[in-house]
Amino acid sequence: MVEVTLWASLGAAAGGKQKLEVEAKDIRELFRNLAEQYPALGPFIERGIAVSIDGVIYRDTWSTELPKDAEIFLLPRLAGG
Amino acid sequence: MGFDPSYSARTFTSVGTRPVRPDGVDKVTGRARYGADFNMPGQLVGRILRSPHAHARVRRIDTSKAEKLKGVKAVITAADLPDLTNGDSAMYDILDNCMARQKALYDGHAVAAVAAIDARTAKQALELIEVDYEMLPHVTDVDEAMKASAPLLHETVFTGGVDPKPTAPSNIANRSQYGHGDVEAGFKEADAVVERSFKTEQTHQGYIEPHACVASVNSDGTSELWVCTQGHFVYRQQCAALLGLDVSKLRVTSSEIGGGFGGKTHIWAEPVALALSRKAGRPVKLVMSREEVFRASGPTSATSIEVKIGARKDGTITAASAMLSYSCGPYGGMWAELGAMTSFACYNLKNVKTVGYEVLVNRPKTAAYRAPSAPMAAFAVESVIDELAQKIGMNPVEFRIRNAAREGTKSSYGPVFGPIGIGPTLEAARKHPHMKAPLGMNQGRGMACGFWFNFGGQTCTDLNIGTDGTVTLTVGTVDVGGSRASLSLVAAEELGIPYAQVQTVVADTGTLGYNDMTDGSRGTFSSSMATISAARNAIGVMRERAARMWDITVDDVVWEDGHATAVGEKHGNLSPLSVKDIAAVAAKTGGPIAGHSELVADGAGVSFATHICDVEVDPETGGTRILRYTVVQDAGKAVHPAYVEGQYQGGAAQGIGWALNEEYVYGEDGCLQNPGFLDYRVPVCSDLPMIDTQILEIPNPNHPYGVRGVGETSIVPPLAAIANAVSNAVGVRMTHIPMSPPRILAALEAERAH
Amino acid sequence: MSGIAVSTTINGDDVEFLCQFEETLLDVLRDHLGLMGAKEGCGTGDCGACSVIVDGRLVCSCLVLGAEAAGRRIETIEGMATGDKLHPLQAKFLEHAALQCGFCTPGFLMAAKYLLASNPDPTEEQIRFGLAGNLCRCTGYDKIVRAVQDAARVMRGD
Repeated sequence: MVEVTLWASLGAAAGGKQKLEVEAKDIRELFRNLAEQYPALGPFIERGIAVSIDGVIYRDTWSTELPKDAEIFLLPRLAGG
Repeated sequence: MGFDPSYSARTFTSVGTRPVRPDGVDKVTGRARYGADFNMPGQLVGRILRSPHAHARVRRIDTSKAEKLKGVKAVITAADLPDLTNGDSAMYDILDNCMARQKALYDGHAVAAVAAIDARTAKQALELIEVDYEMLPHVTDVDEAMKASAPLLHETVFTGGVDPKPTAPSNIANRSQYGHGDVEAGFKEADAVVERSFKTEQTHQGYIEPHACVASVNSDGTSELWVCTQGHFVYRQQCAALLGLDVSKLRVTSSEIGGGFGGKTHIWAEPVALALSRKAGRPVKLVMSREEVFRASGPTSATSIEVKIGARKDGTITAASAMLSYSCGPYGGMWAELGAMTSFACYNLKNVKTVGYEVLVNRPKTAAYRAPSAPMAAFAVESVIDELAQKIGMNPVEFRIRNAAREGTKSSYGPVFGPIGIGPTLEAARKHPHMKAPLGMNQGRGMACGFWFNFGGQTCTDLNIGTDGTVTLTVGTVDVGGSRASLSLVAAEELGIPYAQVQTVVADTGTLGYNDMTDGSRGTFSSSMATISAARNAIGVMRERAARMWDITVDDVVWEDGHATAVGEKHGNLSPLSVKDIAAVAAKTGGPIAGHSELVADGAGVSFATHICDVEVDPETGGTRILRYTVVQDAGKAVHPAYVEGQYQGGAAQGIGWALNEEYVYGEDGCLQNPGFLDYRVPVCSDLPMIDTQILEIPNPNHPYGVRGVGETSIVPPLAAIANAVSNAVGVRMTHIPMSPPRILAALEAERAH
Repeated sequence: MSGIAVSTTINGDDVEFLCQFEETLLDVLRDHLGLMGAKEGCGTGDCGACSVIVDGRLVCSCLVLGAEAAGRRIETIEGMATGDKLHPLQAKFLEHAALQCGFCTPGFLMAAKYLLASNPDPTEEQIRFGLAGNLCRCTGYDKIVRAVQDAARVMRGD
């Protein structure tokens, strides 16, 4: 079980909830379960979102593990220059 | 086999040195080939017809006269670029920006294009194209565009991120919000509050090389594109998608690139060149003029930002809020959102709230510009931080140190920070001799902090051992500033061989797997990680070959100082084998030797910088001279220190131009008044002093050598550092960037009138 | 035949070409003579990336007509090295990492060569003003100035 915080617009797609509890041991499971519970999140996940695990921002690589009790934050996919 | 990217301390022999770069001789002799330096037999000259109006419906385009002109081989309009985007709105916006489908949305928006046998014919052909425009009211100012009475760019845009969804369309494409705590309560706790409004004008990345490409589409669908780009794999993907070409049949070669800074991470004229080539059946060379680059590529946002910060007498910030409106050009983006995320990232705050508004205006499509959106937000925030420090009577550096983010701080954009470097950069700045330099009349000092994310991303690398023992390292991240030298150093380090034995080349899309573009300060970070992985794999192969050559088990072979060494008493008589020795018999021991790596480099880690600036302002002319400039930034590990210094200095110089002079000037007619380097004034050599740099090395725990991205953070603090310096020099708070002479004089005048 | 026939000298070699009246020297160098070292950064003489030396004078080749090259002595970046030996300025630019993308570099080398020919021992200020006609967006000019200072020292034999 991990606690996930969603950034503002994502929260709206999850029925207004900013913090969710999801059963997931890696990013793939996290996305799968989120999309299942909140279908409105699907398009965001498709387009690509970044996952912050304990303050470090990762790509959406499926195999990235989510350590127990880690702080998970979903952020928009960032652009650089 | 697992590659472990985590940092392990070591003493370096190659990394950290300053050898000459492998592409250097070509670049000082004029041999290096950039976007416009390539030609194909039979090629045509491509030219684009652009809207002279800021906002107009394109009712009809008559290309018949142009088509009949002798020497014209193809004329295209949006009709030749059918919509294959299949509901992908981001791709549709790119398509529409490449060539207007219904409306010209800015002065310079492409509406048609020709391919002809020479430049003269192409120019004449453009003049023969008749376009029937229906003029529409336009809006170019970000604040004006947000008003309910503003001319609408799109009837179909309703502000996103707002609940309930608005019923009327708007130029505000999206609203985003970040933060935590209770700012209202926080402001009540404050002993001093400063609230200010700021504006920054639109600027361009200003790369000296205009966009240029040669496109060749064959009748069997195979095609080639030679182009200056920061990401040839991304260009390939997007061009193929827009033109309905097979990705695998489109081979994109990145030329040497004459600057990008984010502006060459987007496609502009490339799909047009491909479409022209497809229609004409011949290669087409399309080079943008400088005027076209300003009018029709991707400048950064113009902004309007309100910041409010409160603090207690003891210097603790109790609340901070910001409202940020950023112009996006004609299509929505996430520019204000990035500003909202980065605004207060340097600080440890209990109560913080940022709101971002993406605003549509009749200007070219906003593109990334080196740490996009962060410099403007930093300008606003750091100016208020300075003013607040003065209000409570605290030294500005001390005030920042007191409130600086640290490990465990909940960032303003959400996640909790791990180990970060802002404290060290502030401490180093505090102690820097620059702080003690004496200041005279009309002179002022300013300092500021900056933050940027930095990225990793998809990266492929091939490391091939030649038959003579030299190494070819093939990478896919475009070399924008000397990364081939850095990557050669990394390969040399990992293999334990001299730098001179490694040659790094940038592959095209046909000869290497997918690589994300060089943005997000990821070039050296990602490719060095993949290089280390590939090198370790190659070492694994070479150990096996050595074992075979010696007829011993590979478990008894270690890699030391660039040699396979047999360990254990019974192998004492075996002299170590060099890469050259092993390569010499590779044909017999199993064939070519290589190490590959395909990975997603991750954990780039955020990066901080502190800048100090001294200026002198002439009270008669309003002209500002930079006297002293110092950059302190954490690089994790500087692979090639000269190129890290170069990134710090270059970012600072762009920031100086942005702070003092650069801006897009629009007329009443909505047309760009200064699309050239004469009136879009970037810093020249005589404008700047030497730029001092201090590289801190706090290892990034997520990279084997501790490397952090460095390219972008250096442009984040300058606007603020210079604004603080100028404000201190003239005794008036400056709130409008650029602080050009007329603006400074106006501010002084307004102050005198009080 | 609508072209103008021009005879000139480029980097010491006799050269003949045909050009249209509206073509600039920059167009001619790049499109007709295969000398692509001079770059077009702006086409209006504001960036210096097209700098060449004509009859000993530093000019923006985008502001010189191809036809004007007739009978003149033109030096471009391609003639700066002597055989396989780099000019001290070229060597010092590399040593000091005075280039990042390298696009402005040929123009800077021409301008620096011209500067040192008329002023072999310039102050930092003189170097900065001497190079003010060349734009660089990558380096902030710091390492360029240092490279020129160091090359000048070598060229003076100090």
